[in-house]
Amino acid sequence: MRRQLAIMRKSLFDQGHLDEQFIELEELQDDANPNFVEEVVALYFRDSARLILNMEQALEGKPFDFNKLDGYMHQFKGSSTSIGAKKVKAESTLFREYCRSGNAEGCVRAFQQLKKEYGTLRKKLEAYFQLARQTGPMETASRPK
Amino acid sequence: MGGGGGGGDSSEDTAVELGDEPHVLAVDDNLIDRKLVEKLLKNSSCKVTTAENALRALDYLGLGNETLEGTVSKVNLIITDYCMPGMTGYELLKKIKESSVLKEVPVVIMSSENIPTRISQCLEEGAKMFMLKPLKQSDVKQLKWHLMKCRN
Repeated sequence: MRRQLAIMRKSLFDQGHLDEQFIELEELQDDANPNFVEEVVALYFRDSARLILNMEQALEGKPFDFNKLDGYMHQFKGSSTSIGAKKVKAESTLFREYCRSGNAEGCVRAFQQLKKEYGTLRKKLEAYFQLARQTGPMETASRPK
Repeated sequence: MGGGGGGGDSSEDTAVELGDEPHVLAVDDNLIDRKLVEKLLKNSSCKVTTAENALRALDYLGLGNETLEGTVSKVNLIITDYCMPGMTGYELLKKIKESSVLKEVPVVIMSSENIPTRISQCLEEGAKMFMLKPLKQSDVKQLKWHLMKCRN
Protein backbone atom coordinates (compact mmCIF):
# COMPACT_ATOMS: atom_id res chain seq x y z
CA MET A 1 0.00 0.00 0.00
CA ARG A 2 2.88 2.30 0.78
CA ARG A 3 4.19 1.71 -2.71
CA GLN A 4 0.77 2.49 -4.14
CA LEU A 5 0.74 5.71 -2.17
CA ALA A 6 4.16 6.67 -3.51
CA ILE A 7 3.02 6.00 -7.07
CA MET A 8 -0.08 8.10 -6.54
CA ARG A 9 1.98 10.92 -5.12
CA LYS A 10 4.46 10.80 -7.97
CA SER A 11 1.73 10.92 -10.57
CA LEU A 12 0.25 14.04 -8.98
CA PHE A 13 3.56 15.78 -9.64
CA ASP A 14 4.25 14.18 -13.03
CA GLN A 15 0.81 15.14 -14.31
CA GLY A 16 1.37 18.71 -13.21
CA HIS A 17 -1.36 18.89 -10.59
CA LEU A 18 1.11 19.72 -7.84
CA ASP A 19 4.35 21.66 -7.71
CA GLU A 20 7.21 21.96 -5.21
CA GLN A 21 5.13 24.11 -2.87
CA PHE A 22 3.28 20.93 -1.88
CA ILE A 23 6.63 19.49 -0.82
CA GLU A 24 7.18 22.58 1.33
CA LEU A 25 3.91 21.70 3.09
CA GLU A 26 5.03 18.11 3.58
CA GLU A 27 8.24 19.35 5.14
CA LEU A 28 6.29 21.42 7.63
CA GLN A 29 4.55 18.31 8.88
CA ASP A 30 6.04 16.89 12.06
CA ASP A 31 5.20 14.75 15.08
CA ALA A 32 3.40 17.66 16.69
CA ASN A 33 1.22 18.08 13.58
CA PRO A 34 1.24 14.68 11.84
CA ASN A 35 -1.76 15.51 9.64
CA PHE A 36 -0.76 19.03 8.78
CA VAL A 37 -0.83 18.63 5.00
CA GLU A 38 -4.21 16.97 4.99
CA GLU A 39 -5.58 19.67 7.31
CA VAL A 40 -4.33 22.50 5.15
CA VAL A 41 -5.65 20.86 2.00
CA ALA A 42 -9.04 20.27 3.62
CA LEU A 43 -9.10 23.89 4.71
CA TYR A 44 -8.22 24.93 1.17
CA PHE A 45 -11.11 22.99 -0.36
CA ARG A 46 -13.55 24.32 2.22
CA ASP A 47 -12.46 27.89 1.73
CA SER A 48 -12.27 27.57 -2.05
CA ALA A 49 -15.78 26.18 -2.30
CA ARG A 50 -16.98 29.46 -0.85
CA LEU A 51 -14.93 31.51 -3.31
CA ILE A 52 -16.07 29.45 -6.27
CA LEU A 53 -19.67 29.96 -5.27
CA ASN A 54 -19.08 33.71 -5.01
CA MET A 55 -17.50 33.74 -8.44
CA GLU A 56 -20.32 31.73 -9.94
CA GLN A 57 -22.82 34.22 -8.59
CA ALA A 58 -20.75 37.11 -9.85
CA LEU A 59 -20.66 35.51 -13.29
CA GLU A 60 -24.43 35.40 -13.38
CA GLY A 61 -24.83 39.15 -13.15
CA LYS A 62 -24.66 41.17 -16.32
CA PRO A 63 -22.53 43.09 -16.98
CA PHE A 64 -19.72 41.46 -15.04
CA ASP A 65 -18.19 43.26 -12.14
CA PHE A 66 -14.62 42.54 -13.19
CA ASN A 67 -13.14 44.14 -10.11
CA LYS A 68 -15.17 41.92 -7.84
CA LEU A 69 -14.31 38.84 -9.88
CA ASP A 70 -10.64 39.71 -9.85
CA GLY A 71 -10.79 40.19 -6.11
CA TYR A 72 -12.23 36.73 -5.55
CA MET A 73 -9.74 35.20 -7.94
CA HIS A 74 -6.85 36.94 -6.20
CA GLN A 75 -7.83 35.11 -3.01
CA PHE A 76 -8.40 31.83 -4.80
CA LYS A 77 -5.13 32.03 -6.68
CA GLY A 78 -3.29 32.87 -3.47
CA SER A 79 -4.61 29.82 -1.65
CA SER A 80 -4.05 27.57 -4.65
CA THR A 81 -0.46 28.75 -4.94
CA SER A 82 0.10 28.17 -1.24
CA ILE A 83 -0.83 24.52 -1.41
CA GLY A 84 1.05 23.89 -4.64
CA ALA A 85 -1.98 23.43 -6.89
CA LYS A 86 -0.10 24.00 -10.13
CA LYS A 87 -2.79 23.63 -12.79
CA VAL A 88 -5.43 25.43 -10.76
CA LYS A 89 -3.00 28.29 -10.22
CA ALA A 90 -2.35 28.52 -13.96
CA GLU A 91 -6.07 28.66 -14.73
CA SER A 92 -6.52 31.35 -12.08
CA THR A 93 -3.81 33.44 -13.71
CA LEU A 94 -5.53 33.13 -17.07
CA PHE A 95 -8.85 34.10 -15.58
CA ARG A 96 -7.34 37.21 -14.00
CA GLU A 97 -5.86 38.23 -17.33
CA TYR A 98 -9.31 38.06 -18.92
CA CYS A 99 -10.72 40.03 -15.99
CA ARG A 100 -8.15 42.74 -16.36
CA SER A 101 -8.79 43.08 -20.05
CA GLY A 102 -12.55 43.04 -19.51
CA ASN A 103 -13.03 39.95 -21.63
CA ALA A 104 -16.30 38.47 -20.43
CA GLU A 105 -16.31 35.46 -22.74
CA GLY A 106 -12.75 34.67 -21.83
CA CYS A 107 -13.67 34.80 -18.16
CA VAL A 108 -16.53 32.37 -18.58
CA ARG A 109 -14.39 29.91 -20.53
CA ALA A 110 -11.47 30.21 -18.13
CA PHE A 111 -13.76 29.67 -15.18
CA GLN A 112 -15.18 26.48 -16.67
CA GLN A 113 -11.68 25.18 -17.26
CA LEU A 114 -10.64 26.19 -13.77
CA LYS A 115 -13.55 24.33 -12.20
CA LYS A 116 -12.63 21.26 -14.20
CA GLU A 117 -9.01 21.30 -12.99
CA TYR A 118 -10.11 22.07 -9.46
CA GLY A 119 -12.55 19.15 -9.50
CA THR A 120 -9.88 16.78 -10.77
CA LEU A 121 -7.43 17.93 -8.12
CA ARG A 122 -9.98 17.55 -5.40
CA LYS A 123 -10.82 13.99 -6.39
CA LYS A 124 -7.18 12.99 -6.68
CA LEU A 125 -6.16 14.54 -3.38
CA GLU A 126 -9.11 13.04 -1.56
CA ALA A 127 -8.12 9.60 -2.86
CA TYR A 128 -4.50 10.25 -1.94
CA PHE A 129 -5.23 11.23 1.65
CA GLN A 130 -7.69 8.42 2.08
CA LEU A 131 -5.00 5.95 1.09
CA ALA A 132 -2.45 7.77 3.24
CA ARG A 133 -4.68 7.37 6.26
CA GLN A 134 -5.05 3.65 5.59
CA THR A 135 -1.34 3.27 5.11
CA GLY A 136 -0.64 4.78 8.48
CA PRO A 137 2.10 7.13 9.66
CA MET A 138 5.40 7.20 7.83
CA GLU A 139 7.97 4.66 8.99
CA THR A 140 10.61 7.23 9.77
CA ALA A 141 8.60 8.53 12.69
CA SER A 142 8.69 5.23 14.55
CA ARG A 143 12.03 3.85 13.54
CA PRO A 144 14.51 4.12 16.40
CA LYS A 145 17.80 5.81 15.60
CA MET B 1 30.25 43.63 25.85
CA GLY B 2 31.11 40.49 23.87
CA GLY B 3 33.28 40.46 20.81
CA GLY B 4 32.24 39.39 17.34
CA GLY B 5 29.41 41.50 15.93
CA GLY B 6 30.96 43.41 13.10
CA GLY B 7 29.72 46.42 11.26
CA GLY B 8 29.88 50.07 12.14
CA ASP B 9 26.20 50.50 12.94
CA SER B 10 25.38 50.30 16.59
CA SER B 11 21.92 49.13 15.61
CA GLU B 12 20.60 49.54 19.10
CA ASP B 13 17.30 50.52 17.64
CA THR B 14 17.12 47.48 15.39
CA ALA B 15 18.49 44.87 17.76
CA VAL B 16 15.66 42.68 18.83
CA GLU B 17 15.65 41.17 22.26
CA LEU B 18 14.20 37.94 21.04
CA GLY B 19 15.25 35.66 23.83
CA ASP B 20 14.19 32.09 23.27
CA GLU B 21 10.83 32.54 21.65
CA PRO B 22 10.12 35.76 19.81
CA HIS B 23 6.51 36.75 19.68
CA VAL B 24 5.36 37.37 16.13
CA LEU B 25 2.13 38.96 14.98
CA ALA B 26 1.19 37.60 11.54
CA VAL B 27 -1.43 39.51 9.57
CA ASP B 28 -3.06 38.02 6.47
CA ASP B 29 -6.62 37.97 5.18
CA ASN B 30 -6.14 34.59 3.50
CA LEU B 31 -7.03 31.71 5.79
CA ILE B 32 -4.66 29.18 4.24
CA ASP B 33 -1.76 31.63 4.25
CA ARG B 34 -2.42 32.45 7.90
CA LYS B 35 -2.24 28.78 8.80
CA LEU B 36 0.94 28.34 6.80
CA VAL B 37 2.78 31.33 8.17
CA GLU B 38 1.80 30.30 11.66
CA LYS B 39 3.30 26.84 11.17
CA LEU B 40 6.41 28.24 9.51
CA LEU B 41 6.99 30.55 12.46
CA LYS B 42 6.24 27.90 15.06
CA ASN B 43 8.71 25.60 13.36
CA SER B 44 11.26 28.37 13.89
CA SER B 45 10.45 28.47 17.59
CA CYS B 46 8.36 31.60 17.53
CA LYS B 47 5.27 32.31 19.52
CA VAL B 48 2.60 33.34 17.02
CA THR B 49 -0.53 35.46 17.11
CA THR B 50 -2.47 35.84 13.88
CA ALA B 51 -4.81 38.60 12.75
CA GLU B 52 -7.08 38.46 9.73
CA ASN B 53 -6.85 42.13 8.85
CA ALA B 54 -5.00 45.33 9.67
CA LEU B 55 -7.65 46.71 12.00
CA ARG B 56 -7.58 43.60 14.17
CA ALA B 57 -3.80 43.84 14.17
CA LEU B 58 -3.93 47.44 15.33
CA ASP B 59 -6.35 46.52 18.10
CA TYR B 60 -3.98 43.79 19.24
CA LEU B 61 -1.04 46.16 19.16
CA GLY B 62 -2.88 48.73 21.22
CA LEU B 63 -3.32 51.23 18.42
CA GLY B 64 -6.88 50.43 17.52
CA ASN B 65 -10.21 51.81 18.58
CA GLU B 66 -11.22 48.56 20.14
CA THR B 67 -8.17 48.06 22.32
CA LEU B 68 -9.16 47.20 25.83
CA GLU B 69 -7.26 48.54 28.78
CA GLY B 70 -4.49 46.20 29.87
CA THR B 71 -4.63 43.88 26.86
CA VAL B 72 -1.74 45.31 24.87
CA SER B 73 0.72 42.57 24.09
CA LYS B 74 4.36 42.92 23.36
CA VAL B 75 5.42 41.64 19.97
CA ASN B 76 8.94 41.34 18.64
CA LEU B 77 8.07 41.20 14.97
CA ILE B 78 5.12 41.96 12.74
CA ILE B 79 4.76 40.16 9.44
CA THR B 80 1.94 41.30 7.23
CA ASP B 81 0.48 40.66 3.82
CA TYR B 82 0.45 43.66 1.51
CA CYS B 83 -2.90 43.15 -0.25
CA MET B 84 -5.66 43.18 2.30
CA PRO B 85 -9.16 44.60 2.08
CA GLY B 86 -9.74 47.84 3.96
CA MET B 87 -6.33 48.81 5.23
CA THR B 88 -3.39 47.44 3.26
CA GLY B 89 -0.18 46.09 4.78
CA TYR B 90 1.53 49.25 3.63
CA GLU B 91 -0.95 51.43 5.50
CA LEU B 92 -0.54 49.22 8.55
CA LEU B 93 3.22 49.66 8.29
CA LYS B 94 2.79 53.43 8.24
CA LYS B 95 0.58 53.39 11.30
CA ILE B 96 3.12 51.30 13.18
CA LYS B 97 5.99 53.57 12.20
CA GLU B 98 3.99 56.62 13.29
CA SER B 99 3.55 55.17 16.76
CA SER B 100 6.11 56.20 19.34
CA VAL B 101 5.46 52.94 21.18
CA LEU B 102 5.71 50.58 18.24
CA LYS B 103 7.96 52.18 15.67
CA GLU B 104 10.96 50.10 16.77
CA VAL B 105 9.17 46.82 16.11
CA PRO B 106 10.46 45.35 12.85
CA VAL B 107 7.81 44.95 10.18
CA VAL B 108 8.08 42.51 7.30
CA ILE B 109 5.79 42.80 4.30
CA MET B 110 4.75 39.75 2.25
CA SER B 111 3.20 39.76 -1.17
CA SER B 112 2.36 37.28 -3.89
CA GLU B 113 3.23 39.95 -6.45
CA ASN B 114 6.75 40.95 -7.31
CA ILE B 115 6.33 44.66 -8.03
CA PRO B 116 9.56 46.66 -7.64
CA THR B 117 7.81 49.98 -6.92
CA ARG B 118 5.75 48.27 -4.23
CA ILE B 119 8.88 46.81 -2.68
CA SER B 120 10.80 50.07 -2.60
CA GLN B 121 7.74 51.90 -1.29
CA CYS B 122 7.56 49.53 1.67
CA LEU B 123 11.27 49.58 2.37
CA GLU B 124 11.31 53.37 2.22
CA GLU B 125 8.50 53.48 4.72
CA GLY B 126 10.61 51.42 7.10
CA ALA B 127 9.78 47.79 6.41
CA LYS B 128 12.63 45.57 7.48
CA MET B 129 12.16 43.14 4.64
CA PHE B 130 9.90 42.36 1.75
CA MET B 131 9.18 38.70 1.11
CA LEU B 132 7.48 36.95 -1.77
CA LYS B 133 4.69 34.51 -1.07
CA PRO B 134 4.40 31.67 -0.65
CA LEU B 135 6.97 31.77 2.10
CA LYS B 136 9.28 28.82 2.47
CA GLN B 137 10.92 27.42 5.58
CA SER B 138 14.26 28.71 4.38
CA ASP B 139 12.81 32.23 4.11
CA VAL B 140 11.56 32.21 7.67
CA LYS B 141 14.79 30.77 9.05
CA GLN B 142 16.72 33.44 7.22
CA LEU B 143 14.34 36.08 8.51
CA LYS B 144 14.77 34.98 12.09
CA TRP B 145 18.55 34.83 11.74
CA HIS B 146 18.57 38.26 10.17
CA LEU B 147 16.55 39.82 12.94
CA MET B 148 18.15 38.24 15.93
CA LYS B 149 21.18 39.88 17.47
CA CYS B 150 22.50 36.76 19.08
CA ARG B 151 24.39 37.09 22.29
CA ASN B 152 26.70 34.07 21.88
